[in-house]
Amino acid sequence: MSDAIRSRRRRALRRLAAGAGALWLAGCDRLASTQWFGKVLEQGERVSSSISPLFAGRRALAQEFTPADLSPQFRSNGTSLPNSPAYQALAAHGFADYALVVDGLVERPGRYSLAELKALPLRTQITRHDCVEGWSAIGKWKGARLSAVLGAAGLKPGARYVVFHCADPMEDDGSSPYYESLDLDDALHEQTILAYELNDQPLPVKNGAPIRLRVERQLGYKHAKYVMRIEVVESFAALHGGKGGYWEDQGYQWYAGI
Amino acid sequence: MSDTATDPPHPPPVPPAPLAAPRAASGLYYRHRLPVRIMHWINVVALTVLFMSGLNIFEAHPSLYWGKSSYSGRAPVFEIGSRERDEGGTIGYTRVLGHEFDTTGVLGLHRTAEGTTAEAFPGWLTLPGSRWLSLARSWHFLFAWIFVVNGLCFVIYALVSRHLARDLLPTRRDLRGIGASIVEHLKFKHPGGEAAKHYNVLQKLAYLTVIFVLLPLVILMGMGMSPRLDAVFAGWVDLVGGRQSARTLHFVAAWLIVGFVAIHVFEVIVTGLWNNLRSMITGRYRVPPENAHE
Repeated sequence: MSDAIRSRRRRALRRLAAGAGALWLAGCDRLASTQWFGKVLEQGERVSSSISPLFAGRRALAQEFTPADLSPQFRSNGTSLPNSPAYQALAAHGFADYALVVDGLVERPGRYSLAELKALPLRTQITRHDCVEGWSAIGKWKGARLSAVLGAAGLKPGARYVVFHCADPMEDDGSSPYYESLDLDDALHEQTILAYELNDQPLPVKNGAPIRLRVERQLGYKHAKYVMRIEVVESFAALHGGKGGYWEDQGYQWYAGI
Repeated sequence: MSDTATDPPHPPPVPPAPLAAPRAASGLYYRHRLPVRIMHWINVVALTVLFMSGLNIFEAHPSLYWGKSSYSGRAPVFEIGSRERDEGGTIGYTRVLGHEFDTTGVLGLHRTAEGTTAEAFPGWLTLPGSRWLSLARSWHFLFAWIFVVNGLCFVIYALVSRHLARDLLPTRRDLRGIGASIVEHLKFKHPGGEAAKHYNVLQKLAYLTVIFVLLPLVILMGMGMSPRLDAVFAGWVDLVGGRQSARTLHFVAAWLIVGFVAIHVFEVIVTGLWNNLRSMITGRYRVPPENAHE
């Protein structure tokens, strides 16, 4: 091989390297903003949601802890006091007038007072709350099994998702209420509860009073606080932004098990 | 596992070639086979995306803890942030085990064209270039699966093709030469001739450590942060101290991989950048003459 060829190759390689660097820096962000690559990026979530159940089965339990592991303070994240006059009026009366609405694709739509929810089969568990930001806190939760609520209501054929409508508006003008959704595997899971107690005390307002969802095998944003209504649906495409949750509509993954 | 009593079937080292040896002795040698080359470059892209998007994810909560939770009454073991100083002005700080360092301009607080931004890492090091947790997670998890599949393919290939036994596992002779190899590396002396066709012992040990310790560690600790994968065997993540320990180890392992890459690239450059690059692109490596030390 002659020196001329070698130096030409070197030049080409050098250009390739410089080009690759520039392309990398400028290109990744631009790439991610294109529709087609956005779709490609979303495939990771699809892989995660189909692979992880192969290892941790539908009924696999999340880890539970001992009282020694409890966090001294259970951190409040997101809304700590819903900016809603209706909610604040409920809170002012100690949630005596609260009623959880259960409707959608169910045989027996209904309303459950706090006392009625507390009469349902319950579960107490000390679990770790993992926020999508990276932190974890451990708390003791007591609540009605969601499977009992859905069992009492009776699922109609076609029921695929359970949507949680919440009292906290995410916009200052009182619009854009928080919501979340689960598939039936997680909705009927043994550790999925509508918690009304945290650390042996009535659930504080900052942590979602009077009712918050616990879905222990997913990240914190799935654990809807201030739940006012449970709606069983076949598809959540027509709700709000169509992605199945407030944060999902902002680009977060619907499957938050990873 | 490896039976060091039987050396891999290398040809015995050729005695030093005479100085007047024709160029044939330093001709092109087929060094890296196609699957290794492809998997190497997939790994380069995947690790780069994973590292940069990982730093962006870290920005969402730039503190690391030891234990099961972040709120246990104990302070973080590592923390990057910014704060107002009593005497005025804002600094970027990094706290390691309770010791605070002023890292303004490097970590915690950055000067940009528009002024200063309070972020743990500078934007050019993160993907996306500014704090964006949901998109960073999309990047991270897609490339995490690519990285895992690529890594599994490599391990299977290395076993089946005997790449592992032939090229990566050190021989008994290699191990006896560790001291000499360290001295050679420190003097930037590099083997030529027949010896240059094989990885040297430090190289083998470095590759084995990365392939079988660091990369599995970073993957497992990543999985340890997943609430669903934690349920595979509830409590398995406590083997390393808990989920927050796993997050800390994930971060440490990622930086150790960066450290390996830095040394790797340095060695690639000092032992002949273009020759090495060509061998990882076309597979062909020009064997340096026996007496060459550069």
